[in-house]
Amino acid sequence: MKYLSNVASLEFFPDRCVGCGICLEVCPHEVFALENKKAVILDRDRCMECGACAGNCAFGALNVDKGVGCAAAIINSLISGGEPSCDCSGESKKSDCC
Amino acid sequence: MAELKFMKPALKEKTTACCGPAQGALQEPGEMSGNTSLPPGKQGRPAWVTGTLTTEAGPISIVSTDLTMSDFWEHVKCRTSAFRNNYAVNPGLYAVGEPDKNSAVLISANYKLSFDALREALKGLHVWVLVLDTKGINVWCAAGKGTFGTDELIRSIFSTRLDSVVNHRKIIVPQLGAPGISAHQVRKSSGFTVCYGPVKAKDISRYISAGYKATKEMRTITFPLIDRLILTPMEINPAMKQYYPAYSLAMLAIFGLQPAGIYFREALVDGLPFLLLGLISVLAGGLITPALLPYIPFRSFAIKGWLTGTLLVIFSLKFTALFSQMNTVLLIFTYLFFPLASSYIALQFTGATTFTGMSGVRKELKIAIPLYIAGIVVSLVLLLVFKLGAWGLL
Repeated sequence: MKYLSNVASLEFFPDRCVGCGICLEVCPHEVFALENKKAVILDRDRCMECGACAGNCAFGALNVDKGVGCAAAIINSLISGGEPSCDCSGESKKSDCC
Repeated sequence: MAELKFMKPALKEKTTACCGPAQGALQEPGEMSGNTSLPPGKQGRPAWVTGTLTTEAGPISIVSTDLTMSDFWEHVKCRTSAFRNNYAVNPGLYAVGEPDKNSAVLISANYKLSFDALREALKGLHVWVLVLDTKGINVWCAAGKGTFGTDELIRSIFSTRLDSVVNHRKIIVPQLGAPGISAHQVRKSSGFTVCYGPVKAKDISRYISAGYKATKEMRTITFPLIDRLILTPMEINPAMKQYYPAYSLAMLAIFGLQPAGIYFREALVDGLPFLLLGLISVLAGGLITPALLPYIPFRSFAIKGWLTGTLLVIFSLKFTALFSQMNTVLLIFTYLFFPLASSYIALQFTGATTFTGMSGVRKELKIAIPLYIAGIVVSLVLLLVFKLGAWGLL
């Protein structure tokens, strides 16, 4: 299953990549592959912007606008201001999380 | 005095609602540290603790790898209740089997479901489990929020004196915890190397025996039918609790309202089909769309929900006698309002999936919200037109 195409905010800076492969390890959607000792993006549309790759890249070769892909969280953030997060308990807006 | 201090966190946890609350600073960072060395017996030992192991870092509870009926019952409640935080485990270090100084260390969240899935997967192994304080939230969600995070991990490593419990310097962090963890920072601050384990707890034994190596399958998350269905109560419940009662009352009032007062017969006879259509749209968006997610065309959840809703409304109008004599204005209202309601509810399911990202949901909302608002306004106008017509004012 894939979500909307051409929306993911994932950015890759190949010149900073040392090919350690941690992004392949943490990505739950097989977005990356290793080619010629460097990471490559196989399919950006599979990215769900969880931020695992960027947070674990010690060389700053990845950047992503990390966030929750949750309509309730985003609607809440539009109403109350601030970043969308899984804090759905505050209001009874939605008792579900993430 | 010390007793009192230990009791405090547990009491607070009880009152915290699902997904841990905006009041993230509820517990002072140091406050929970005492908890880890607290023999669980002090707070009524949980049934899954089978004994105590003495280590250099103090007594450690040994946990069972067998789940009991009461565990399963709690899982059902975890899946359906709004107050998931009642199902939290005390953070700290636990032992499985008879671990020694060379045994593997696994990191987990203090959500009962996460912890239970892990300990059940550890049958026959001798390992340490370090439970982080994620405010009773599962690994993946907590990692997204940062409560399953670098700081909490480092803090727990120090507060449990993990370095004196094991000789090696490796910890296995669940792969879905990676969004909250910076492996290189953990190593720098604590000396422990983070090894990312598999996505699912059930693969952990194979991962360990393969020498901390995961296959591609173990690293990839899927979203099969059973997982989708298991999450639907958390979509249907809020819709039924928050919107349906108010909607029902409004519809009954609209149909019962006559120039001479409110008539219950009219309210029930004319309003009932619309209450049923309301239920149908909750089912369309909250159950059928998630269940058939990969088979419904289009990637947008709003469109998927709208399609399902439209089909179900057509089906209901065609094959049931309830709506045989529908007024044209009400018919337009029905085809406008109920598919939109289904669409809105289906869009909420983005929060439960394993593959939707924030940018995508933002894009959907940007287009969908104005349409929903316009739909509601037009729906209200249509109901008004219907009422005025029924009263002979048009």
